[in-house]
Amino acid sequence: MKISIKLFALYREAVGQRELTWTVAEGTTVADLWQALRDAYPDLPNVAPTAAINAEYVSPTAVLRDGDEVAFLPPVSGG
Amino acid sequence: MFKIVEEPISMEELIRAVEDPGAGAIVTFLGVVRDNNLGRKVHYLEYDAYPEMAVPAMERIAEEIRRRWDVIHIAIIHRVGRLEIGEASVGIAVSAAHRAEAFAACHYAIDRLKETVPIWKKEVWEGGEYWIEGTAVGPEVVSRRLT
Repeated sequence: MKISIKLFALYREAVGQRELTWTVAEGTTVADLWQALRDAYPDLPNVAPTAAINAEYVSPTAVLRDGDEVAFLPPVSGG
Repeated sequence: MFKIVEEPISMEELIRAVEDPGAGAIVTFLGVVRDNNLGRKVHYLEYDAYPEMAVPAMERIAEEIRRRWDVIHIAIIHRVGRLEIGEASVGIAVSAAHRAEAFAACHYAIDRLKETVPIWKKEVWEGGEYWIEGTAVGPEVVSRRLT
């Protein structure tokens, strides 16, 4: 199934892109996806980042569904 | 009015958004880019945001404010992209019947924005740069209110 991944700030720079489209297996969790991303992009930090699916915060154990937009959010620093 | 913009923040627009015949006070806040941080001379800042979550997070701050203070209108604008020294990165305006509520609500809005809204800043100085890491945001931070 296909999902899109949104990356911001240092995560975006580590990957070199703001958005990726990936194909993942059924049952893939947010934590699985982050691990796979880190394997593909070793510059990503070894942390468990805050994640959101379709603009709602989710836990790392959340299971992805086809068409989801997954966002990984570094600690915020606006203002 | 709650939005993320790429162009300079207009104070007039912020004030217009909160004007009201019942308002006895309009308090505004501008966050501006400072030329130094932690002893370093800052060249410029770069901001990134996730607008699809940042705007709802601003609306949530406004709801929190309305539960605590009797205010009339709230407006928040945050700018993204490269910002030079002296430029405004964030603007907030609050109108209320009386000044005490407007001051308190405006102060709360900027404090909460810094800890709950998915926006990031990178500091660029002579010979280096760094994405500043503040609060690890999530449901527990968002649901916790400042006292």
